[in-house]
Amino acid sequence: MPDVIAADGTIRNDSWVLVARPADGDSLDLPTGQPALIPADLWLAGHEHFAGRDDIGVWFDSHDEPELLAGKVNELPLIAVNFPRFVDGRGYSIARLLRERFGYAGELRAVGDVLLDQLQFMKRCGFDSYVLRADKDITKAARCLNFFSQAYQAATDTDQPLFRRRAS
Amino acid sequence: MYVYDEHDRQIAAERVAQFRDQTERALAGELAEEEFLPLRLQNGLYVQRLAPMLRICVPYGMLRSDQLRRLARITRDYDKGYAHFTTRTNIQLNWPNLEDVPDILAELAEVEMHANQTSGNCIRNTTTDQFSGVQADEIADPRPYCEIIRQWSTFHPEFAFLPRKFKVAVNASEQTDRAAIQVHDIGLQLVRNDQGELGFRVHVGGGLGRTPMVAPVIREFLPELDLLTYLEAVLRVYNRYGRRDNKFKARIKILVKALTPEGFAEKVEAEWEHIRTSPTRLTPEAISKFQGYFTEPAYQTLENATDVLSKQRFENREFDKWLTHNVGEHKKPGYACVTLTLKKTGTPPGDVTDYQLEQIAELADQFSFGEVRATHEQNVVLADVRQDQLFELWQRMIPLGFATANLNTLTDVICCPGGDFCALANAKSIPVAEAIQRRFDDLDYLYDLGPIDLNISGCMNACGHHHVGNIGVLGVDKKGEEFYQVSLGGDSHHNATIGKILGPSFARDQMPQVIAKLIDVYVEKRTEEETFLDTYRRVGLEPFKERVYA
Repeated sequence: MPDVIAADGTIRNDSWVLVARPADGDSLDLPTGQPALIPADLWLAGHEHFAGRDDIGVWFDSHDEPELLAGKVNELPLIAVNFPRFVDGRGYSIARLLRERFGYAGELRAVGDVLLDQLQFMKRCGFDSYVLRADKDITKAARCLNFFSQAYQAATDTDQPLFRRRAS
Repeated sequence: MYVYDEHDRQIAAERVAQFRDQTERALAGELAEEEFLPLRLQNGLYVQRLAPMLRICVPYGMLRSDQLRRLARITRDYDKGYAHFTTRTNIQLNWPNLEDVPDILAELAEVEMHANQTSGNCIRNTTTDQFSGVQADEIADPRPYCEIIRQWSTFHPEFAFLPRKFKVAVNASEQTDRAAIQVHDIGLQLVRNDQGELGFRVHVGGGLGRTPMVAPVIREFLPELDLLTYLEAVLRVYNRYGRRDNKFKARIKILVKALTPEGFAEKVEAEWEHIRTSPTRLTPEAISKFQGYFTEPAYQTLENATDVLSKQRFENREFDKWLTHNVGEHKKPGYACVTLTLKKTGTPPGDVTDYQLEQIAELADQFSFGEVRATHEQNVVLADVRQDQLFELWQRMIPLGFATANLNTLTDVICCPGGDFCALANAKSIPVAEAIQRRFDDLDYLYDLGPIDLNISGCMNACGHHHVGNIGVLGVDKKGEEFYQVSLGGDSHHNATIGKILGPSFARDQMPQVIAKLIDVYVEKRTEEETFLDTYRRVGLEPFKERVYA
């Protein structure tokens, strides 16, 4: 199971399994005895069945709309956002919307093509756990999460843009 | 001019340390080339045809003399002793070593400069009118807003990986648009509403490149305090819905066209409703604080030096020409705006040596409160020169090559580095500019022709803004040979227009003759008051086409 980096750079292991979208006509194949992340729309489609379970979370792909789960996000124990390629920046907007618009308070995980140099952007947009691509050196994550000690803009991590901090 | 405080200095230092770390990991093989690519691009570093190229940011074109001196030193210590002013008012070095770039960035940070986001699929340097703050007709000084946008867009965590590059420009004058805002991803026109409140008319979805478009207005009036929340809404809609499957269809203009301007505006307004009162909303105190950096220099109370200048004009015809063409009006009596033209025939447009950079610094200190502005036409402006010192300044500029009195004429060419340097180019552009400059070497004839924008790009990416040249030249590749396509009627100002293609392209050695024929048609057809563009708009493309392809 993957090593998971927390926002403070510490590393832990957990057993969440990301379940790929089944091919057309196939049904969802949940792992036995392990918590699972399933595509967000399928969770919604099976809401009666999945709601309230602490071993079922969802994942969004970069082209998915987080609006789908408006009003329901806090029923989920874990939400992941997939970065199919690290240069696909849609996941940053998805994360901010989940946090700032829909008020998601649980764990928000970046998965997929997650590299070291994007970690701090992810953290600022509300991700608080990260599964680094396997070939990258996880021991460097803590440093890369903290290259900058402050930022110009407000984002999920701070509601104080620099122009407001300066004025005070 | 903006001055860094401890926050800016800390962020700049951390950025240098970050890029040093990234460069070391790239050289150690820990970062694949495609992983390092966006990191180096967002630090200004391209890998070019002959060597790396470093694009240094000059925020909205403003430079201090100490920064010019540092740039000169950097070109000597790390490069070949010259630099290039670009059409986005930035400065490029053509020959740095990749491993030296972190040191160069550290040297820049010492003088409050950087190369952040001068390339890559992110928000680029915001540009504006080179005469900001010194023109009587401006609604308000645009530079505080440019700096506000610079800070907001610097390392914005949500918008570092957009579908494509993103350029913002701000214009402040109602009479003229020297910032070409309608061919930007976002163009902001400062306006006052009926209540006299300050705000912006917002254009979105303009741009040059493969699919040139003039930006439609998506909001007639945006109050100034809402600037950043609205930009954030536009960028979020673009980040989420801009195309990522095809880089040629990834600019925001394609999205605006696909949704229609009205449809796009609706999406932005809906997004904005959610965030307009967020902490990103500006405060009057914050705006005044930024405005405090762009106050007037210590002008003296003077009268216009009309008599002295008339006498000097009468005694020296060359000075008279220069004064007429390269010197503009200033809002303060007794002052003038001087453009140093970097368009001397034989020197690639926009190129300066280390010595020239230092001399510009000297002139700025002596004549213009130690500041200069870079222009998107690749010239340099001393914005606050005393009229009674113009003659002395002119004399000092002549041996430096800055006094070519061709501003806004045919030979004041906008020209990208082209195939001589750029890896993207299909064709060379500098030799075309030079051949045309040589053909039209009679200043009096150029003055008779009046203002003509001749813009040359070496490829579709349009760094030379060929679509908005009154005469545009585009280098194209035909089976490995360089050819040049000509367009007419482009205009980057308030009546922004994309030029129309004249017809089949030409070989390089035909170009001076082609331009000469176009000019002949204008001279024959024009009425007394008409500029080239006026005549073109009246008579259309046909007469030009007939002559050139006869």
